[in-house]
Amino acid sequence: MALLTVEGLRIAFAHRAGSTEVVRGVEFAVEPGETVGLVGESGSGKSLACRSIIRLMPAHATMTASRVEFDGRDVLAMSPKELRDHRAHHVGMIFQDPYSCFDPTKRIGEQVAETLRVNAGLDGDAARARALELLESVDIASPEQRFRAYPHELSGGMRQRVMIAIAISASPKLLIADEPTTALDVTTQAQILGLIEQRRRESGMAVLLVSHDFGVIAQACDRVVVMYGGYVVEAGPVNEVCARPQHPYTRGLLSSIPSLESAGRRVRRAGIPGQPPNPADLVAGCPFAERCAQVRPECRELHVTLESVGEGHQSACPYVRDGVSVVVAGRGSR
Amino acid sequence: MSETPLLRVENLSKSFALRRSFSEWVTRQPGEQHLAVDHVSFELAQGEILGLAGGSGSGKTTLARMLIRLVEPDGGDVFLEGQDVRAAKGRDLRDVRRRMQMVFQDPYSSLNPRMQVGAAIIEAGRVHHQPGSEAPETFITHMLDLVRLPSTIASRRPRDLSGGQRQRVAIARALAVGPQVLIADEAVSALDVSIQTQLLNLFLDLRDELGLSILFVAHQLSVIAEVADRVTIMHDGVIVEVGPTADVFRSPQADYTKSLLASHPHPLTILDPTLKET
Repeated sequence: MALLTVEGLRIAFAHRAGSTEVVRGVEFAVEPGETVGLVGESGSGKSLACRSIIRLMPAHATMTASRVEFDGRDVLAMSPKELRDHRAHHVGMIFQDPYSCFDPTKRIGEQVAETLRVNAGLDGDAARARALELLESVDIASPEQRFRAYPHELSGGMRQRVMIAIAISASPKLLIADEPTTALDVTTQAQILGLIEQRRRESGMAVLLVSHDFGVIAQACDRVVVMYGGYVVEAGPVNEVCARPQHPYTRGLLSSIPSLESAGRRVRRAGIPGQPPNPADLVAGCPFAERCAQVRPECRELHVTLESVGEGHQSACPYVRDGVSVVVAGRGSR
Repeated sequence: MSETPLLRVENLSKSFALRRSFSEWVTRQPGEQHLAVDHVSFELAQGEILGLAGGSGSGKTTLARMLIRLVEPDGGDVFLEGQDVRAAKGRDLRDVRRRMQMVFQDPYSSLNPRMQVGAAIIEAGRVHHQPGSEAPETFITHMLDLVRLPSTIASRRPRDLSGGQRQRVAIARALAVGPQVLIADEAVSALDVSIQTQLLNLFLDLRDELGLSILFVAHQLSVIAEVADRVTIMHDGVIVEVGPTADVFRSPQADYTKSLLASHPHPLTILDPTLKET
């Protein structure tokens, strides 16, 4: 049974002129112990979609869903107390900017220990000892010294390690990592991804990795969910999606990725014309229609749903298979 | 490419003072110095795109800024077509800065939010008495055309534009003063992948069409692989490796380059039907 199931997720922002839907009926699932990547460009709704799992919504945003089920429990029906317990013990989350997640006036060690006192009910000394253990477990050298450091005294990579230590302190079943390495150097990025992978293998937790970087996703994940304009447009095993991308957007995205292989080849990438849609401007139909080279009139009225295109592989484009436009028998626009 | 390099940098250095400790302050000792750029030399040829890569804190941005003296070097020389940039004053310095233009990572903070795009472009052209700037409309349209933006954008303000469009405007504004060298400091780092590709192609086009030389500063090696003819790898203020991009990336010599390449998310084995040979 899936650890996490999200179905029919919709998130809208209210504003003076009404409301703008930024997530428009998203579904995805995470199995126990697997690493799933959520990839998309800015405005795709990936960050909001992952926050729905712990109902962490910004002000003015409302979320509705037909189902958000975590480990057999209905997240949508949770009372504030149950939600607190859910966030404290079952799901850990780390963010792109670990600096803004810390209290700048408190020592690092105290902040880790505080989490343990509040969430695990440890007393002072036990919390301190456990905090040191945790810092050590995320490969922080000389944890006693770091324990007394303030957040600004640590490097970005080091801060992200401390965030991970806090996030996994309750041995959660799922770690949500929202762009955890975007602000880091490639060398540090590799270390942090390696650390997350190592902790996953040791503890058996599942990881939901959100990133705009397909390279990171391809390296770290078992499965990938591709989002565009508030929809999931493709999902499947990472190797399969990279080797046989089905949705025209995924194809365009993959062919846009700069590669070391290009060195000295003097080639120019075709990429994708145009720009990612502003959620407020999206109308009915396929969100990618504006930029798609294989667009046809039916696309403007398409009801975006995922259809199976292979083993565990789904695409939201009914008209293109392996990059070739196909005739869909008996299919009209709905 | 011509025989003599357009831009020649020799032994350029810069150190920043770290905060003095209390005892150093009391005893009036000089504090410790951090050597951000340590005797760096390189050359940039006419029409060449030179990549400058390195991790954060490697000194690549300080180096880029010293070229147009946004940061004053402590020592070393910069020559632009034989002209001594470090000795330039007043009108000469202004002319040096006209000939070497910089494009930054965040166009939102480098464009005036209250100024229409067209006004920002024509202002730059007029200040430097650029030919054609006496006819604003044609001038603006031409500049926007160079960066593949429709002329209708001229009446918009930066906040109405997307990140990619804003960066194009920043480039158009840099081009409006007729530069020979473009210094792009992480100019595509904050953009979405699909927009990044478009901008990289634009830099290649500008090199081909205008014969621009470009110093392309980026932390992402794969981005440099896409555009640069040669690449310079910096680490701790020192150039550890320099050479044709293909050579450096295929058979790196310096240990630091090797470790950078090893940390890079490995290239995807994807089918790539849209790559075109040019």
